[in-house]
Amino acid sequence: MSTLSVSLSGGNVDWRLPSRGLVGMYCLIAAEAAIFTIFVVAYLFYIGKSVSGPQPKDVLHAPIFYTICLLSSSLTVHLAVRKLIAGNVAAFARWWLLTILLGGTFLYGTAREWLHLIFDEGLTVSTNLFGTTYYSLVGLHAFHVTMGLLALIIVALFYFTARLRPDHAERLEVLSRYWHFVDAVWVVVFAVVYVIGV
Amino acid sequence: MSPTNIFAPASTPADSVFGLSIFVILTCTAIFIAVGALLTYAVVKFRNRPGDDRTEPAQVYGSTQVELAWTVIPVLIVVALFLASARVIASVQDVPRPAGALEVVVTGHQYWWEYRYPKLNIVTANELHVPVSDPADPTPTFLTLLSADTDHSFWVPRLGGKTDLIPNHPNSMWIDPHETGLFLGQCAQYCGTQHAKMLLRVYVQTREEFDRWVQEQQRLPHDSTEGSAASAGQRVFESTACVNCHTVSGTPAKGLFGPDLTHLMSRDTIASGAAPNNHEKLRLWIKNPNAIKPGSKMPAMGLNDRDLDTLTAYLETLR
Amino acid sequence: MSTNTIALTDFPASRPFPLRLHEWVTTVDHKRLGLLYILFAMVFLVAGGIEATIMRLQLIRPQNNMVSPQVFNRMFTMHGTTMIFFVAMPLVFGFANYLVPLMIGARDMAFPRLNAFSFWMTALGGLFLYFSFLGGDGLYGAGSAPDVGWFAYAPLTSRTFSVGHSTDFWTLSLLVSGIGSVGTAINIITTILSMRCPGMTLGKMPLLVWLNLTMGGLVVMAVSPLTAAQLMLLVDRYLGGHFFDAQAGGSAVIWMHFFWVFGHPEVYVLAIPAFAIASEIIPVFSRKAIFGYPVMVLATIAIGFISMSVWAHHMFTVGMTSGANIFFVLSTMAIAVPTGIKIFNWLATMWGGKIRFAAPMLFCIAFLFQFLIAGLTGVTLAVAPFDWQLGNSYYVVAHFHYVIVGAILFAIFGGFYYWFPKVTGKMYSEVLAKLQFWLFFIGFHLTFDFMHIPGMLGMPRRIYTYEPGRGWDVWNVIVTLGVFFQAAGVLLLAGNLILSYFRGKAAGNDPWDAWTLEWSTSSPPPEYNYALIPSVRSRRPLWDLKHPEDPDWRYE
Repeated sequence: MSTLSVSLSGGNVDWRLPSRGLVGMYCLIAAEAAIFTIFVVAYLFYIGKSVSGPQPKDVLHAPIFYTICLLSSSLTVHLAVRKLIAGNVAAFARWWLLTILLGGTFLYGTAREWLHLIFDEGLTVSTNLFGTTYYSLVGLHAFHVTMGLLALIIVALFYFTARLRPDHAERLEVLSRYWHFVDAVWVVVFAVVYVIGV
Repeated sequence: MSPTNIFAPASTPADSVFGLSIFVILTCTAIFIAVGALLTYAVVKFRNRPGDDRTEPAQVYGSTQVELAWTVIPVLIVVALFLASARVIASVQDVPRPAGALEVVVTGHQYWWEYRYPKLNIVTANELHVPVSDPADPTPTFLTLLSADTDHSFWVPRLGGKTDLIPNHPNSMWIDPHETGLFLGQCAQYCGTQHAKMLLRVYVQTREEFDRWVQEQQRLPHDSTEGSAASAGQRVFESTACVNCHTVSGTPAKGLFGPDLTHLMSRDTIASGAAPNNHEKLRLWIKNPNAIKPGSKMPAMGLNDRDLDTLTAYLETLR
Repeated sequence: MSTNTIALTDFPASRPFPLRLHEWVTTVDHKRLGLLYILFAMVFLVAGGIEATIMRLQLIRPQNNMVSPQVFNRMFTMHGTTMIFFVAMPLVFGFANYLVPLMIGARDMAFPRLNAFSFWMTALGGLFLYFSFLGGDGLYGAGSAPDVGWFAYAPLTSRTFSVGHSTDFWTLSLLVSGIGSVGTAINIITTILSMRCPGMTLGKMPLLVWLNLTMGGLVVMAVSPLTAAQLMLLVDRYLGGHFFDAQAGGSAVIWMHFFWVFGHPEVYVLAIPAFAIASEIIPVFSRKAIFGYPVMVLATIAIGFISMSVWAHHMFTVGMTSGANIFFVLSTMAIAVPTGIKIFNWLATMWGGKIRFAAPMLFCIAFLFQFLIAGLTGVTLAVAPFDWQLGNSYYVVAHFHYVIVGAILFAIFGGFYYWFPKVTGKMYSEVLAKLQFWLFFIGFHLTFDFMHIPGMLGMPRRIYTYEPGRGWDVWNVIVTLGVFFQAAGVLLLAGNLILSYFRGKAAGNDPWDAWTLEWSTSSPPPEYNYALIPSVRSRRPLWDLKHPEDPDWRYE
């Protein structure tokens, strides 16, 4: 083929660029952060504007325990990846499964809260502005937790079928960034819904 | 001369905008001429001549001074335009309402305009009457803008810039027309199928004419003479669904969904300017609104010819 | 010629069509995906053009009844939505996809399969939008394409006022293609940051690459607010939510804020890649390096940032406080400064050069003049009180078409001609190209110069007909006439490129004597782009090779 060989510097030895996985994940996080920002802005804008129906301070109880679960899961996923980098696949699996358990517990907590709000307090997405913005924001977050959890479970399946190796650590590091993002969003959502908005 | 020319202001807000717009247009024209001339010169002077040797011209990579120059000058222009704009924004938006101002509440509907004069107890539709304002002793009209359904926008170019009518978001604007006459405009925010025929007609009248109009609007209509076609029409009106949408003061008709018809015949047009208010068009409108304004919210009532005739006769008594 | 090189012109005639089609449908090669985006855009350009023609024929005289208001309202909604999301965005992504890896010395994008997924999501969105003509009311209901305007203001989009499914087609098709857009943007950013060839620091990338990096960042930040707003709209329409429900305390204005937070950066998503094309063509055809490369980069980044803060200049008439209006006047005017700087730098690039007027350069020169005018009419609109008169009128329609057609599309046409020899290995017909340029130029100016006037005489936009006696009639006739010249121009363009693909002269690697990496590989490039990953020492690696006595890296 007729290509001009372009090599002007005699070959660079030390040419390092950021990892594709991390850059891509950070971009995805930025895009998702923008979506959440809009829902948070809507939530803040509509505080106190519901014309009727249950108000936040009457029906909301801050889910402290489930929050602790979710935030701890950031620590456990971080530890899991560290263990895998060190080559300790068994320890990695323990911390990874604990992450899944903590994340699952959080989702269970959300489900319980919603069942209580819907059936005991009569608050649905169509009840009033509070209902609409609450279920949308918390629901959007729960959806992201679910997606993350599915990804974590798929990784666990790879482990259980003996396909997981220590050199997968970089990919799991990228995935763990997503999980950290989901936790960080919860910090914001918690502050907006259970602290500021009440 | 276009009756909706933004460069023919007849009211203070339109005047302020006009003055600013001339300043902006002149500035932008000057910039266009300067930069355009440079571009034209470059394209002509630095073109590759035939028979030219194939050497490359001197490669100039940049120049800090030049970059500074053409940053600083635009910044100065921007500052000037910004300050001029800020002044006019404040002068139009933040003006306090004087005590003697006429107050009108405008409610936008799909596809007509409702006008209420709360202090004068007047309700009318589609044709706004205001007094002319003498600059020495101004009598402005303040409009509160509401919407009953979707977004609309009140735009009568010669009287002022447009302001939107948005549900659950009251807006306000003011006009003080300096000359009498009829000023035209139309809805300027897409509001649905018949957005195009939601026309505006503002009648600026002398003080005497305006007071006379007010008195006529405040009068109740007379009951139709017994046995006349009009009274038969009144029975048709009051027994058909007309009363669900329309109000005629002093009668059982108290509907709020459509225009108030109490003084229908005092208006030059019907269907928010879509047709002149004459016998033929009025009858056609009642028979089949879609023939004049397809997609309008008024349904065809499916009346037979006799009911149509008597109903039209009744409406024609509502002066 | 190695046997695993697949170049566009290399197909033996005996290769069965289904196999070739399968290759294209399953491709993950950035060059093929780039071409798929562009072909897709051209098809939808015809659809959008037909919609525009119908509107212009309806408006050629007052009180015309060629089409009903219902049909007309669908036309302007579909025209706007099609042109922005299924013509301009795919064109921009197509160029980025094809050129960025080549220009940074890479073999493909960072995530080839995500690339393919993103394209097909965009394609699905387009098909979905057009299915609305059939799908809303069913075949006998004469179609139900969306008719709420391309920015779909609440509460017109609520269940109350938008009966049936037309609005849902708008919402869902854009949600789907939005996913594709974000995917492509992530790919572009990652490719540029993580896959440059050795020696190509950020300060040595071609300007096209810098500008597409900025575009990617803008897409990531700006498309998401639209996605969020559309999710909220779906919650309102299907779950009984109240985000935009005035009766429950909801706000129509908040839809406008969310939409325009997307909508304004979106126009820079479209414009910045057009600037990128001009920034490659103008230097080559002036025979000079781009003037002020670092300033061009900074100005672009500044435009990207400021563009996120100007959105409410689309809302000057909505009834914001005077303080808010004043802020947005300032931010909008501020963006004019870096934009003007770019125009001056292009001018300075031409200054002292030896300008060659091949078709790519003709389009870029027109781009410069037209973008200047478009920017200046934008400045007039930035002056909020003037916008109170001009807003929502045909003046605004003229302004933004001046940007999108006069600047963006002209630059893109220039790009078509510039890179056609690289993509196909054939030269286009210069005579036909110049003819096309003049036809399109005349049509563009007939339509969009004169369109400013009815706006200034009080003609609002989105009206299916108008009253006689407002002074609008003759201008509407002239505006409509331009459509036919533009249509002829587009047909000539397509004809020229198709004919030249089959019968054009061989172009060689580097027909323009250009300086960026893509001209060092064959025309068309092999599937893997470069047998040996190049390494570079300056912004114009081929200049350095051609002028070893006077290389760029001595001066940068």
